[in-house]
Amino acid sequence: MNFLHYWRAMSGIIGRELWRFITQRERFISALVRPLIWLFVFAAGFRAALGLAITPPYETYILYEVYITPGLIGMIQLFNGMQSSLSMVYDREMGSMRILMVCPLPRWFLLLSKLLAGTFVSILQVYVFLAIAWFYDIHAPWQGYLWIMPTLMLSGLMLGALGLLMSSFIKQLENFAGVMNFVIFPMFFMSTALYPLWKMKESSALLANLAEYNPFSQAVELIRFALYGQFDQQAFFYTLGAFMVFMAAAIVGYNPSKGMMSKKGGA
Amino acid sequence: MIKKTCLSITIGLLCLGKASAESVFVTLENDNALAVVDPIAGKLIKKIPIGQRPRGIAISPDFKYLYIATSDDNTIKIIDAVTFKELGHLPSGKDPETFALNAAGNRIYVSNEDDSLVTVIDVAKKKAIKQIKVGVEPEGITVSPDNRWLVSASETTNMVHWIDTKTNTIIENTLVDPRPRAVSFTADSQQLWVSSEMAGSVMVLDANNQKLLKTIKFEISGITADKIQPVGVIIDKQRQRAYVALGPANRVAVINAQTFEVEKILLVGQRVWNLAFSPDQKRLYTTNGTSNDISIIDIDSQTVTKSIGVGTYPWGVAVKP
Repeated sequence: MNFLHYWRAMSGIIGRELWRFITQRERFISALVRPLIWLFVFAAGFRAALGLAITPPYETYILYEVYITPGLIGMIQLFNGMQSSLSMVYDREMGSMRILMVCPLPRWFLLLSKLLAGTFVSILQVYVFLAIAWFYDIHAPWQGYLWIMPTLMLSGLMLGALGLLMSSFIKQLENFAGVMNFVIFPMFFMSTALYPLWKMKESSALLANLAEYNPFSQAVELIRFALYGQFDQQAFFYTLGAFMVFMAAAIVGYNPSKGMMSKKGGA
Repeated sequence: MIKKTCLSITIGLLCLGKASAESVFVTLENDNALAVVDPIAGKLIKKIPIGQRPRGIAISPDFKYLYIATSDDNTIKIIDAVTFKELGHLPSGKDPETFALNAAGNRIYVSNEDDSLVTVIDVAKKKAIKQIKVGVEPEGITVSPDNRWLVSASETTNMVHWIDTKTNTIIENTLVDPRPRAVSFTADSQQLWVSSEMAGSVMVLDANNQKLLKTIKFEISGITADKIQPVGVIIDKQRQRAYVALGPANRVAVINAQTFEVEKILLVGQRVWNLAFSPDQKRLYTTNGTSNDISIIDIDSQTVTKSIGVGTYPWGVAVKP
């Protein structure tokens, strides 16, 4: 196998995912509607209820909409990661996963390509969301729009790897509701996406601790700082570490001889 | 030798840099102190004990002296703007809060709220030369840049009094919206802007005939009308935009000073009170009474760039280049 084979396989997987996303207009719109509803309805309702203190990376007072924007970017990537895992389960049921897995390339590489494909899709969604938010008076420094690109890659990969890991556990498509209840919602609500840590500490120290060590919080903070041209080192290493752990576990999970696949009777 | 030369050049450049930096002075009502802020570095430099309950503040036209009303000392202190040494004090009358310094820097006019008086002080002689009877609870006070008018606003009488600066007598009274708080002239002395705290409005009066030109009202999404209480008001030199501090609404309104339309509402700290421009009018500084900080507004981009903690109950603000 040479580099060209790898490249052809990866570009094929990414191209298929991007094409699928662009042609599925409903998916594109629904991926945007969710964070926009949060921004226009939820954040507008809570605008006056939450007074925010000045915490880095912000240097002055901000509206709640501004605060939750990085959280909603994280939400886009979280749902996209889960959507990818959903499509993996679907592919497995339909048999197309088997075709992918018999490709004479390492399994980890195929899974990583799948992950990259999902991440590119999420980045596309994020930039469209940011463009709409810009017209809603949510502006970041222009450098921030460039800075978030690499952080979106990392956060997208981490959340995608989590989705991949979960897809290795889910036997049937119907079980996906459990993922919503037990993974997406706790991960999203128990994070700094909607409320700052200091605000959570006021009501529950335990909740604040859980939020602080939630990998989704770290991804959101990484995005938040990058959007304002700053680098959050701790969030970067935490997100990178979480990605490596989830990815390794997903590779094991998709190994027919060792992982969950063996228990389920293969891909 | 070369090393030494480099060092002295570096030190020289640093000193130059320091000398060119702007200083923002903020009175801290609850700390009995004066905060000195470097707005370019975005840092509080120091806090200096200044007297009991400092509120109103002004800087002399040559930027050498600060005048600070220390209300509970019943005086206005003269402070060296470089060394911060007290050079003397002025007979302000009881409980001075707001006062105005004329453009020449030789007269200070003080609102004596409890006595319904305006005290006229000769700065050079440090003497009160006249007391003018005005309406009940005089608060906002200003002198027109051309030195034609002294205007005092009475909070309870809901009136602004037009006083001739030559004779120190009231020439005209204009009824305004309830509880007028701050008054400010445009740089050409043609208009007087009056903020009314209870009405939530700003009235623009023609200085030539003292008639109303426009009443400006404010609406902020998510903020109830009772919280929109206009206080400090300031207009840029070119009369392009006016800025109004909206008190507990925690916002500063940006108004087109030609069309009187509200162009933008900017979020600042809590209970924003008084406003001051940087000398080049590139920045606007706001004192935020209950969040204990000041906010910096970039005039070109019309955005709030930074808020800096200064101490408890920041009240008045003055700027030295």
